[in-house]
This record gives sequence, structure tokens and C-alpha cells, in this order.
Amino acid sequence: MIDPPVLEVSDISVAFSGRRILDGVSFEIHEGEFTGLIGSNGVGKTTLLRIILGLQRPDSGEVRVLGAPRSPRSHSLGYVPQKVVLDADVPMRARDLVALGLDGHRFGFGRRSKNQRELVDEMLHDVDAERFADSRVGNLSGGEQQRVLIAHALVSRPKLLLLDEPLANLDPKSVQEIVALLHRVSSEHAVAILLSAHEMNALLPVMDRIVYVTEGRAASGTTDEVVRSDVLSKLYGHHVDVLKLHGRVLVVAEPRPEADHLPDHPTLTVS
Amino acid sequence: MSLLRLLFEPGFFSSAPVHTAVVIGAVTAVVSAVVGVFTVVRSQSFAGHALTDIATTGGSGAVYFGISPLAGFIGGGVAGGGAMDLIGVQRVRSRDLATGIVLGAATGLAALFLYLDATQSATTGVTQQILFGSIFTVSSSTIPAVVFFSAAVLLVIGAIYRPLLLSSVSPELASVRGVGLRVVGLLFMLALAVAVGLSSIAIGSILSTALLIGPAATALRLTRSIRGAMVVACLLGIATTWLGILLAYDSDYWDPSSQGLPVSFFIVAIAFLLYLLSGLAGVRRHVGRRDGDIPAREACGLGDDTTAKAVA
Repeated sequence: MIDPPVLEVSDISVAFSGRRILDGVSFEIHEGEFTGLIGSNGVGKTTLLRIILGLQRPDSGEVRVLGAPRSPRSHSLGYVPQKVVLDADVPMRARDLVALGLDGHRFGFGRRSKNQRELVDEMLHDVDAERFADSRVGNLSGGEQQRVLIAHALVSRPKLLLLDEPLANLDPKSVQEIVALLHRVSSEHAVAILLSAHEMNALLPVMDRIVYVTEGRAASGTTDEVVRSDVLSKLYGHHVDVLKLHGRVLVVAEPRPEADHLPDHPTLTVS
Repeated sequence: MSLLRLLFEPGFFSSAPVHTAVVIGAVTAVVSAVVGVFTVVRSQSFAGHALTDIATTGGSGAVYFGISPLAGFIGGGVAGGGAMDLIGVQRVRSRDLATGIVLGAATGLAALFLYLDATQSATTGVTQQILFGSIFTVSSSTIPAVVFFSAAVLLVIGAIYRPLLLSSVSPELASVRGVGLRVVGLLFMLALAVAVGLSSIAIGSILSTALLIGPAATALRLTRSIRGAMVVACLLGIATTWLGILLAYDSDYWDPSSQGLPVSFFIVAIAFLLYLLSGLAGVRRHVGRRDGDIPAREACGLGDDTTAKAVA
């Protein structure tokens, strides 16, 4: 492949007050790929995303975006936080938040050009947010807010979209809708997606690759390469079984006497 | 003509103190409104209130040392805002604590200065004037300084408008886009401090939050965009101060046996009433939405062209 990877994470390690959060994590994302960053709560997914975003420095290792070291002003990255907390009393419409994705970092009041307004309208259309484009962000449901945040992140046409647990706190129907929407925009806008989640099943139909994180270590590859008993057992450091049932995957750890040593799930992991 | 005479008691239009009050009232109302909208959006009303207490310290100290109260109000506010920023007002979690600590220390100092002012200086009613203001006693020579500081605040807010807005919505989204949160937050804190100092001149340091938060909170309820809210807050602020000035002037004539009532009381009361009324408008809008109506944005006449299109 001649093009550099959209994202290159090499050997990232970080520790907080003596506790290792990430331990030599490496993976790559190529153009247009849909990658799931999968792991239970508290295994370091958010820390990893923050390092990729440049909001936090790793102790060692490097992040390269489009072949160049990550710079804080690079707009080749779009980011979707889990949610924004905005009071319904604040008259910030969905379309205002999307427009801030174009020029929120610029000085001045900024009168937006016709071209920019069209870009915003187009983006709202692409994420099916036209219905509530003029509603206050604080009045939107979780799924609606996710759409607006995705539009905010995509409107500056980044090459890579990072999403922090976008599916948490959503009802099953909204989960399906958001996953389908992300799959569609990733091909329409030729944007690679890195999405963190603690549950992989909803993503199985759309994921090109998976980065499976546990206890600060990560394995990456296609789902078939990674979600296997031998690979995950090595990652966890003890035996786990991977069961496939009706197109769903269950990662099951054997009950052990010293079960409380397992960091996240004492007996059974369903992922 | 008789109606006009009923509304405006004799001498209103020719009175020099009224002229000064009208100018200072309008200018400070505009600055308070613009800064107030962001104060409400950023949930920094408590910081705004703390700055009023610190402005009290500055104002009372200025009187004690024989310098202009405006310099004291603004100087105190800026020093207090800087101190709050250093202690950690940037981080939401330590914001309340930082604000509270600075507020407590400043109020103690204000108690000392006000005591000294009252006991040692010849000025009568200085405590009343610092705390609750008296816009009719402001000298017209203060106008250039008020206009200068107002212009400075408006310029700063205009310059950082978009990064400030984005960081108010989500600090995370802003820093991902390369916005320097510390710089933007500090600039806003300083703008807030100056705005509080300016409205302290108009309605007193203790009441200045009323002019800062009242019109802004009312406008935010009534409008569909932040820019719209700023315009409406300015208009409401000007209307509030002018009406307050008029009523206070007229109140001199209501009861011939007594003096007029304080301007600050009228301004704060009007700001509060408008906020209550806007709550009723909000309830009506909410009911309208439940019926499946499109919210009554045209009713306020405030929707911009894009919303108007969406309605049509």
C-alpha cells in the first residue's frame, strides 16, 4: 500500500500514579475502514482515544495521522464525544452546533457564507437530522444528539472519525440506526471510523477491523483473526472461550477460584 | 401631551444627571447583556456573583484611597477574576471552590473598607452608593472611561466569540479543534470582571449581577439563537435601565413629602419581572409544541432567515 495509514498508533504506553493504563498498544487504520475499539469499561479505551486526539500525552510511543505526527491543529480528525451537556434553556440549535464544526476554532463573529450554510444543510441531511435541525440541542434525545455530534465532526471533512462510546446509553433501536448511519457515512464521505464500545455484537456486521483491549494490552486485526479463543486467551492471560451463536459472539471466561483477580468480569464476559 | 406629562415628570429631559444616567445606563446594559448571555450559557453565574463582591472591595477601597470608584470596581474585579482563574476556575469541579474562597476573602476586605469609609471619610451614604449604586450621582466626566471599557469588553467578546461558544458547549470538542481553553476562559473571566465593574457604577456592586444575568436569562428563553439572544438581551437591558431611571425620577413627585426611590430598586425589579414574564412565554411555547405546533418563533419575530424558511 502506497498511501500512509490514516492512523498509526505505535507502541503507546501510559501509566497514572504507578498504574499501567496502556502497555505497548499498536495498531493501524487505513482509508475508509470501520474499526471497533472494543473492551470493558475501565480498560483504557478512553485514555487511548484521548492520546490519539492529542488531549493527553503518552509516556512512550507515537501517534501518526496521515503519516505525520499528530498536531493539535490538524483537522484531519473528527471527534464525537459521548454526549454534550447543554441546558434546554440555551438557544443553541442543532444546525448551530454543526456549523461550529466548520469554524468553531476561528476568531471573530464570522458571518457564514452561503456555501458554508449549504455544507451544514447537506451534513444535516446526510445524518438524517433535518427534522430537528432547528431544535435546541438540549432538547434532543440521546440518539438525535449523536447524529448532530456526528455531523459536527464530519462537516470539516476529516479523514478519520473518532467516537467515544457512541452507543452507550442508547436504546437498541437507536443503536441499530446509529451503526447503520456510521456505516453509510463512512463510505459516502470516505472517512475511516474508530469507535469505542464495550459491546461488539451490534458492530459485527459493519466492522472491518477490531482493536480488542483488555488490561491495557490490545490485539488488532479482522474480527475473525482477533475474536478467537487462542488470541483472546493470550491477551487476557488466562483461558477464555469464544462462542458464536446466531451471528452473535460471546467471550466467556472460566470461573476460577481466584475469580476476583479478573479485572472486569469475575466469571462471565459477554461481549 | 397630557399623557406625556403624566409619564415624564417636569425637568426629565433637561436634567443633566438624567442625561448622564441614560448614557451610562444604556452602555452598561449592552455590555452586561452580551457578557451575561455567555455567563448563563457557561453556567458561571456564581462566578459573576463572586465578582460583584470583589468589585465591592475594589469600589470601597477606591473611595478610601480617594480614587475613582469605577477604577476600583474594575481593578478589583479584574484582580479577583485573575485570582479565581489561577486557583482553578477553569476546571468545572474546582470552579465552585475557587470562586467561594476568593469571594469570602474579598467580602471580608470589603467589610473593612466600608467601615473605614463610613467612619473616616467625609462622604455621606458611601456604603449605600457602593453597594446599591446611584446612577444620578455619576459624574458626566466618567462617560469616556465607561465607553472605553465597554468597547474593550465588546471587542474581546467579538474576537473570541466562536471559540468561546464552542468551549461553552463542550470544552472537549473545543480543545480537539485546537482552541486554547485557558486563554479563552481567562479572557472571558476578565471581560466578565470589567462588565461587573461597569454595571456596579450603574446599579451598585451588589446588584450588578441582576443587570448581568436578568436580561440575558430572559432573552435566552425567548430566542432561537445565541446571536438573537444577545440582541434581545441588549434591548431588554436598555429598556430596563431607562425605565428604571424614568420611574426613579418620577418617584420624586409621587409623594411630595418624601424623596424619590432608588433607581437600582426599579432596574432590578423590572429585570426580575421580565424574567418571570418570559417564563410564562416559555410555558405557552411548551404547550404549543405538545399540540404538534411549530414553536411560536415568528410570534417573537426573532427567527432568522433560515428558520423562517424551515417554517414556510
